[in-house]
Amino acid sequence: MNDMTFEMAGYSLLPILPELVLAAGAMVLLMLGAFRGPQATGLVTTLAVVLLIVTGGLIVTLPAGKLVTFGGSFIVDDFARFLKILALIGSGVTLILSTEFLADQSRRIFEYAILVILSTVGMMILISAGDLIMLYLGLELMSLALYVVAASHRDNAKSTEAGLKYFVLGALSSGMLLYGASLIYGFTGTVNFAGIAAVAKGGNIGLVFGLVFLLAGLCFKVSAVPFHMWTPDVYEGAPTPVTAFFASAPKVAAIAVFTRVALTAFPSVAAQWQQIVVFVAIASMVLGSFAAIGQSNIKRLMAYSSIGHMGFALVGLAAGTVEGVQGVLVYIAIYVAMTLGTFAVILTMKRNGQPAETVADFAGLSRTNPMLAFIFAMLLFSLAGIPPLAGFFAKFYVFVAAIKAGLFTLAVVGVLASVVGTYYYLMIIKLMYFDEPKGAVDPMRIELRAVLAVSGLLVILFFVYPGPLVSAATTAAKSLF
Amino acid sequence: MSIGLGHYLSVAAILFTLGILGIFLNRKNVIVILMSIELILLAVNINLVAFSTFMNDIVGQVFALLVLTVAAAEAAIGLAVLVVYFRNRGSIAVEDINLMKG
Repeated sequence: MNDMTFEMAGYSLLPILPELVLAAGAMVLLMLGAFRGPQATGLVTTLAVVLLIVTGGLIVTLPAGKLVTFGGSFIVDDFARFLKILALIGSGVTLILSTEFLADQSRRIFEYAILVILSTVGMMILISAGDLIMLYLGLELMSLALYVVAASHRDNAKSTEAGLKYFVLGALSSGMLLYGASLIYGFTGTVNFAGIAAVAKGGNIGLVFGLVFLLAGLCFKVSAVPFHMWTPDVYEGAPTPVTAFFASAPKVAAIAVFTRVALTAFPSVAAQWQQIVVFVAIASMVLGSFAAIGQSNIKRLMAYSSIGHMGFALVGLAAGTVEGVQGVLVYIAIYVAMTLGTFAVILTMKRNGQPAETVADFAGLSRTNPMLAFIFAMLLFSLAGIPPLAGFFAKFYVFVAAIKAGLFTLAVVGVLASVVGTYYYLMIIKLMYFDEPKGAVDPMRIELRAVLAVSGLLVILFFVYPGPLVSAATTAAKSLF
Repeated sequence: MSIGLGHYLSVAAILFTLGILGIFLNRKNVIVILMSIELILLAVNINLVAFSTFMNDIVGQVFALLVLTVAAAEAAIGLAVLVVYFRNRGSIAVEDINLMKG
């Protein structure tokens, strides 16, 4: 690749090459789908996965160090590389998990894979955003595709209702974020993160007002309390593979942009945003733990679980140090692995072709499907944060960072919330191992087996060889400071 | 009395508040919610253009144009989702959107 010739209007296009390839690939797949019709769904989905892998390869082969283009609007640093790879993994695995959903004769929708790809382009732009305009455009590209994906089961009332609710609340949050962005622009005179950081000294009331609105919009995207109300409804209503998607890749992008905005644009008003993040983290962890207890639908339960996990991830951000960011990155990576594995299990829970989505459907699974029950139990223990599984280390890193930053209340509340949260994970394990079986579930599909095996191995054996992930997270976190 | 930046910001703040209230107080029709969302985005545009003019900085106007474009796409997608929803339920009344509660 020649950096000198590959440019547009004087700006190098090399840093944005992976996004360009992904976006152009989506257009090609759209043409393929449009000409071949619904029978091309399988082909389009397979090619979409290949496209995601190629994009991941391009990100890895980009020149090392910090690449900046479009006058500082687009930044590729180690932080962006780490999270982009993670978002691509989330999207790619989601497409693999969706095979069965898409194979159904009544809904062979080739647009599904293309929408997932376009949403992933949005996530990657969001992760690399270096100013407020890029942030907004990335966020909207991601969200607009997600609204449609949520409603992709067109003949299902619940799915379309989920899409509608997600759209209304998502558009509201984008509006708030944008209002905050306009105030920040007005009171600093620039939209560039580095420029904002240079101008914003002390707590100008207009700037703080804008910051609050901006963070409110971002909290909505990470589904943190008090902007979580959409999460349970959308998770329950959307088709299960789509729920798996919502719980993984978009969360990565949202946490990424949250971290980047807080640390690179507002380091001088850290005291202000830290209060907000501490409050949001505590509220999310507590609500995630308590509200999940009464749930009977497993997807709804996972929604509260993900709200709680986002609270734990934000604990690291509240610390605001390199260690804190490293904790956030390790947390989100392990969270994605656990979530995708859990959803592979939820997707396989079918009896006579009918999805078994209630918590009670897991009763006695250890006797009918011992291996499945064992791996699911490990994933649940990991979600609860029991050592030596991966979920424990994820929580360990963020809490250590919080304690070193002097946020003792936050750490104590977090640990207590984690204990409460353990209850509902253990309840499912108790159901699987000590209750009467409800009959065997349908045989597990090969792609679900593969996803579950990889995720289960990562979660169980993480403690043997944690080096690569932790050192990658450390490098990524350092690139932000 | 000359019209200054404060006046523009006040109008934008009022429009923004009306938009938010329109979403939360509305009990009748989803179309009204879509209109409220447009109101919020227009309030943001007034903000951006006012700041841009008073600071002699073109970025705000560029931002406003991009917001306009995205708002159009957002409205299109919102209406499309609404149409699919209407086909399933035969109603777009806000109080009927209650298959899932929480």
